[in-house]
Amino acid sequence: MKAAVVLFPGSNREGDVARALRQAGASTSIVWHGDHELPAGTDLVVLPGGFSYGDYLRCGAIAGRAHIMDGVRAHAARGGLVLGICNGFQILVESGLLPGVLMRNRDLRFVCKMQHLRVERNDTAFTRAYAKNQAIRVAIAHGEGNYEADEATIERLEAEGRVAFRYCDAQGKVGGSANPNGSTNDIAGIYSETFNVLGLMPHPENLIDPLVGGVDGAPMFESLVQTGRAA
Amino acid sequence: MKARVFVTLKNGVLDPQGKAIEGALRSLDIDGVASVRQGKVFDIELAVAGKESAEAALKAACEKLLANTVVENYRIELL
Repeated sequence: MKAAVVLFPGSNREGDVARALRQAGASTSIVWHGDHELPAGTDLVVLPGGFSYGDYLRCGAIAGRAHIMDGVRAHAARGGLVLGICNGFQILVESGLLPGVLMRNRDLRFVCKMQHLRVERNDTAFTRAYAKNQAIRVAIAHGEGNYEADEATIERLEAEGRVAFRYCDAQGKVGGSANPNGSTNDIAGIYSETFNVLGLMPHPENLIDPLVGGVDGAPMFESLVQTGRAA
Repeated sequence: MKARVFVTLKNGVLDPQGKAIEGALRSLDIDGVASVRQGKVFDIELAVAGKESAEAALKAACEKLLANTVVENYRIELL
């Protein structure tokens, strides 16, 4: 599994996600946003968290139009894997690789805390090392994570099983006070039509070591490396 | 040539910032404010000659970057 992590001005989780990928066994490089092409043989592109371009204009808006995104779009169109975490998810919706938009959190506050998610399906490249409906504990840190889309898009996402994760409590009960940002249908992450692109607000890359609070994020990177081996 | 571009949220899109401003105006006892929606204004200087090419450039700017047309509308004014 050859992974490329794209570095934008203002990204700040590229080191964390590169570490998570390497720990899972992926060979990982950091790619500059001004490059026009991804490294040859890239299996997985990761758009890391952070505050690309200082969140100017709209979160992810300027990064979504960077040169490298043409390469990322071409990679996704070929069926290549793309993972966008937090600001990376915002970049994916701004670039049109995923539908909808991430609006200000319902309570207008930046939320930074531990959060449980329900794994909606475990038959994708990103989740095969999880159990279906497993409640995993990861970190969230965002001000604009309130996923919104028009009714038809939400219906389509639900009908096609493209919701990847939903906010839940420790027992796996979805919604209510477990929803930290007002996201429609408690959506924390979604897949593209062909399930090779995943965008999610939470940070699995920060929960890969028992020394820093848990390892529930690690199976995502193990899933990706397993997928790379199987391919 | 100068232009001004307005980007506003579409009707029905929740605008928590506008709501917060609305509440703040109420707390200042400013009468007659029914509701507030927050948007953005861009003042743009154009290095093109002719109204048509200016409008075309501004439309492209709005569609490609300035507005997220999933949730936002835009309006162009040539000054």
